[in-house]
Amino acid sequence: MSIDLNQVGAKGAIAEEADGKWGMVIDRDICTGCQACVAACAMENNIPFVEEEDAGYGRTMHWIRIERFWEGEFPEVKVNEGFQPMLCQQCGNAPCEPVCPVFATPHSQSEQINLQVYNRCVGTRYCANNCPYQVRSFNWRDYHIDPARSNEVDKQLVFPLHNQFNPDVTVRRRGVMEKCTFCIQRIHRAEDNAKSQGREVEDGEMVPACAQVCPANAITFGRIDDPESLVSQLAQQDRSVKHLEELNTLPRVTYLKEG
Amino acid sequence: MAVASKYLPSAKKAHEAHHEEHDPRQHLMHDPKPRGEMNQMVMESMYTTSWKFWVVFGILSILVATCFFYAWGYMIVEGLGVAGVMRPSYWGVFLVNTVFWIGISHAGTFISAILRVFKAEFRRPFTRAAELMTTFGLIQAGASIFMHLGRVWLAYWLFPIPNERLLWPNFHSPLMWDLLAITTYVLGSTMYLFLPLIPDLAMARDRSTGWRKTFFKILSLGFRGTEGEWVHLRHAMNIFAFAIIPVMFSVHTIVSWDFAMAMRPGWSSTVFGPYFVVGALHSGMGAVAIVLYIMRGTMKHMDYFIRAEHFDALGKLMLIVSMAWAYFFFNDYLVQWYGGDKWTDTLLHWHESGPMNWMFFAMLIFNIAVPWLILWNRKWRQTGWLLAFAGLLINVGMYFERYIIIPVSLTINRMPFTWKLYFPRIEVFLTIGTFSLFLLFYMIASRLIPLVPVWEVQEGQMAHTLRKVGKTEVPSISDFE
Repeated sequence: MSIDLNQVGAKGAIAEEADGKWGMVIDRDICTGCQACVAACAMENNIPFVEEEDAGYGRTMHWIRIERFWEGEFPEVKVNEGFQPMLCQQCGNAPCEPVCPVFATPHSQSEQINLQVYNRCVGTRYCANNCPYQVRSFNWRDYHIDPARSNEVDKQLVFPLHNQFNPDVTVRRRGVMEKCTFCIQRIHRAEDNAKSQGREVEDGEMVPACAQVCPANAITFGRIDDPESLVSQLAQQDRSVKHLEELNTLPRVTYLKEG
Repeated sequence: MAVASKYLPSAKKAHEAHHEEHDPRQHLMHDPKPRGEMNQMVMESMYTTSWKFWVVFGILSILVATCFFYAWGYMIVEGLGVAGVMRPSYWGVFLVNTVFWIGISHAGTFISAILRVFKAEFRRPFTRAAELMTTFGLIQAGASIFMHLGRVWLAYWLFPIPNERLLWPNFHSPLMWDLLAITTYVLGSTMYLFLPLIPDLAMARDRSTGWRKTFFKILSLGFRGTEGEWVHLRHAMNIFAFAIIPVMFSVHTIVSWDFAMAMRPGWSSTVFGPYFVVGALHSGMGAVAIVLYIMRGTMKHMDYFIRAEHFDALGKLMLIVSMAWAYFFFNDYLVQWYGGDKWTDTLLHWHESGPMNWMFFAMLIFNIAVPWLILWNRKWRQTGWLLAFAGLLINVGMYFERYIIIPVSLTINRMPFTWKLYFPRIEVFLTIGTFSLFLLFYMIASRLIPLVPVWEVQEGQMAHTLRKVGKTEVPSISDFE
């Protein structure tokens, strides 16, 4: 394996072109906050459902969450900023990457996104602390084999949810960090398909689970290095915003604020 | 005339009191005992074990078995879900304990290395008690780091062990620097603990029988006290005393970088390095005061070795370190507040008026007000229990400081939707477990090795003489080097 030393940046992360490769645009004006993306993401990526107590304590494991903002105390609540789907921004200059002591969260050169190597992660949780977007989720327990989610058949625990696992995605165990991958298994499938037919991946051919199910079509995915693609054109609008851009994280997700 | 006769007696009394206070024999260095007698005293302090010792020993053993080993094992099997850590406080009490124990460990090096290098004579009887705190504190710190890991059974991946997959740890990560710094410090301080121990082990070997003789024989490495052995030993101790000082400073600086390097409001502060080092000394000095008080109260003959003058000197050090800590705290706080960053501002308000603000103010009272109010008075400094009490409060205050920096500050991040307050769960038991293990190690050590460096005390007593200048006797020290 060789690493091009010209591409290794000051923090050791693989420096990439500022424009990135795959990107996303989320239109907050038409997001209804229905949480379909959250459910679809969990099913696509084998994300365990955390029970009520742990979830209420701040241990939800969703890779995408719908943030709500309100003013006042219940019942006089005034929604003031609508809904904000928050997921890994796949930073070009990611703060989570250099702090991992075992290189469990490297930058992929071909997809230009952050990866999480579950096998390598030892669970220091430094990456999650250093993530300004707070989008990394940690496997606090073995949620997948929690007896609370099983039925007892012939004195054996049966886990019905195991039947809907996505075979393309690893099931994570306790003590491992995880995060949104832009559905990298779908990216690979689309790329493989295109390659076998001798062409490039077309715009709109590769759709992550969250964008696929969004009933309002608020999430758009595509190549941001292609100026003709839908994401690039949407991102050029006046109301496009990148979160915490002042931290120089070079996020790949653009938000369109309420217009 | 009347005025003079009125004031004369009291003035005379005051003069006498002043004179008494400076009776040189109340200083350990000017109150020598024959070497054989002193050696015997130290041996007796090691061998005289009352039933109370075994009661405390039993309680601590039970606590270690349940709160340390069982609780940790349970957490490994169940996952970190049994602890209180969550989003956004991914780090909790485990790292508070780590920083706390590394802080405690700094006192030993400070007292035995820095004071040795500067030839501060009051250090002589308690260098070893302080050095032991370094080694035992670092064991607790290391255990706390491993408790904190999600998959502790893979902790060896953090070490640069050559492997066929060419997987290497990430030397860009502050955690990696931390691991290397702590490992260096453990190895260095353990060797530095061992070197001055050799002559005392040889002394104990010559005065014991049975399995203890074998034990001391192996550990004393055949030391017989010849001229050549002493020369080599002094060379080695000198090298280690100088070498361990930069290691000590670097360790806590690097620990502070775990926080200062991160992109978090309240953490990314350039003054964190020295601030943490001074904080470490602050809690470490307090811990030394507690240990000295307990040693003096529970071990035989220790009232000969540990005296008011030692509490006095330690109290002065604590006062100075407390002032230094206040300076760094003020510096860090003022610069962060003046910067006016939105998130830092929110965080500072959270510290002062959030649900954990009692901790913030308790920290200021224990770390600044308590030492400044107690330690300015010589009589109070010389009172053992009062100094130990001040040390205890300082340690509580310093624990609060680390708690505020880690889980309380982690509550505030740039995503207000995730803000949530952290509460420790199994961490409480594991904290009790590490404290019990520390005390247990200390108790075992007090039965196995001489806690007072006898040869150092004897060396000091030989160097100190009283010389007559006119009609007064003036203490003088002959220099060895």
